Amino acid sequence: MELNKLTEMELHYHVERLQGRYVECIDDDRLEQWPDFFTENCVYKIISRENHDRDLPAAAIFCDSKGMLEDRIVSLRNANVYAEHNYRHVLSNILIKDLKDGVISVQSNYLVMQTKTDGATEIYNAGKYVDKIVADGDVLKFQEKVAIFDTHLIKSLLVTPI
Amino acid sequence: MNTVIDTTNGSLYWPIDDEAGHVPYGVFTDAKIYEVEQERIFRGDNWSFIGLTAEIPDPGDFKATYIGDTPVIVTRDREGGINVMTNRCAHRGALVCRSARGNIDELECVYHQWKYDMQGKLIGVPFRRGLGGRGGMPEGFRMEQHGLDTLRVDTVGHLIFATFSDKVESLRDYLGAVIVSHIERICHSPIKVLGDERQLVRGNWKLYAENTRDPYHASLLHLFHTTFGLYRSTQKGGSWMDDKKRHTVLTASQGTDEGKTEGYDGLRTFNAEFTLKDPSLLAGRKEFDDGVTLVILTTFPNLVLQQIANTLAVRQTVTKGPAQFELVWTQFGYKDDDEEMQNIRNKQGNLIGPAGLISMEDGEAVEIVHEAIIRDQEKSSYIGMGGGKAEDTEHLVTESAVIGFWEYYRNTMQIEAGVS
Repeated sequence: MELNKLTEMELHYHVERLQGRYVECIDDDRLEQWPDFFTENCVYKIISRENHDRDLPAAAIFCDSKGMLEDRIVSLRNANVYAEHNYRHVLSNILIKDLKDGVISVQSNYLVMQTKTDGATEIYNAGKYVDKIVADGDVLKFQEKVAIFDTHLIKSLLVTPI
Repeated sequence: MNTVIDTTNGSLYWPIDDEAGHVPYGVFTDAKIYEVEQERIFRGDNWSFIGLTAEIPDPGDFKATYIGDTPVIVTRDREGGINVMTNRCAHRGALVCRSARGNIDELECVYHQWKYDMQGKLIGVPFRRGLGGRGGMPEGFRMEQHGLDTLRVDTVGHLIFATFSDKVESLRDYLGAVIVSHIERICHSPIKVLGDERQLVRGNWKLYAENTRDPYHASLLHLFHTTFGLYRSTQKGGSWMDDKKRHTVLTASQGTDEGKTEGYDGLRTFNAEFTLKDPSLLAGRKEFDDGVTLVILTTFPNLVLQQIANTLAVRQTVTKGPAQFELVWTQFGYKDDDEEMQNIRNKQGNLIGPAGLISMEDGEAVEIVHEAIIRDQEKSSYIGMGGGKAEDTEHLVTESAVIGFWEYYRNTMQIEAGVS
């Protein structure tokens, strides 16, 4: 896919489809496939707005390779102890900010609702994605995905990616 | 022999015996006990942790936080001194400080614009002498009598503590030599804050106080500890307390069990098959000459100071009623960390905090206990690993510091011994 040959609408279509498939993968609990949305040398970070706005590095999750993403999922499946839950992402306001040197800069809003075994759904995490997206053959992938969350009081714990 | 404790629904027996510690479940859930804790523990004769000196480095810096559930403000004044005040206007009781942190010239209540200096002294009251001969404060109104309530404050290393008590001993005496030496070991040079993480745990705050004094659980709950040898009960280490058994330091040294995993065969948390695709997560650097790679230091009632591999952090407990508390994690490094060390700390940050590959599970442990103990308040836990006594140990197969916590807790709550 040659990004600079796409019209603005075509670019938006491809970006939106990537975002949609990304959150569908998490919400449907196909987490083993989740790292495939990223390039090999990717950055994935979940950081509070409280830290991000102060230029402080402490992140809830910080991975700088696809291998680290895979380790997170293996750990989630086999190592970590947490309450059963499901996510439901709601995405909105997907804005392409820039396309330069084959990298699309995209920002979007997200809301993650969480449901545990008691059946109650609560707002778990609200924030924005700041993404850098590149073409890898015929598909788009995240070279960088940073979830900056407003909800800096994390309920119980955070184990499933956002 | 039994001890009796007053609760909302009458009294509760607290069984005391020599074999093991027991804690009646009502102690974690009762509203009246929570109220007494606020007065006798958080507002009583104890020093509470409220922040790091590096959070308020410059004159005019402030931070809003809590001791128990009482809102307080920590400030750096013009002379460089640290002040702690109740965050409540002396006029009509409004919050004076409504931001989490910042830098200001003076504190001003938005309700009627009463102004205070950074030490909490009242310096401005609008219409104090009235307008056009009407209104104004009474004749006897004295500015110096209406400052913010101030607390005693002191520091050890880079840690700031405050207390509502006029009676409690000095901070250093309160902490004791062992705890002070371990705080100073970690605070050996200037630090920089790397950021905060906040976690709402739906359980009683004392369940977390138990958890952080308990080396028995660490290799059994946390697979990362056991499988990667970050912590195992076979390692060289121990559990030490102050004279009154209220504070604890647990230490362990990675690589001192020669890879021996005796006792761990068949346990969920020891899985030799589990490997990392990207082992850079655990590629750390030796930081301390004593070889100690894990320190969990707790001070009564609300602080954990930790070193896990190359992660350094304080964790502050803020109570929010008997059934939940906020855990505020503040990660830090040293000012002179080189770039490699900064990268190590940022990456190992994955191990700790609410999403920490190790520490997320402590929040879960607290919640599953709190959910299960909601009834049968007279029934109690059994705390016996290591002999069931509040003694220092040179090993990690123990719950002795948990028993120490409860001995001091009963004394502080003035729960009198009685015979049933």
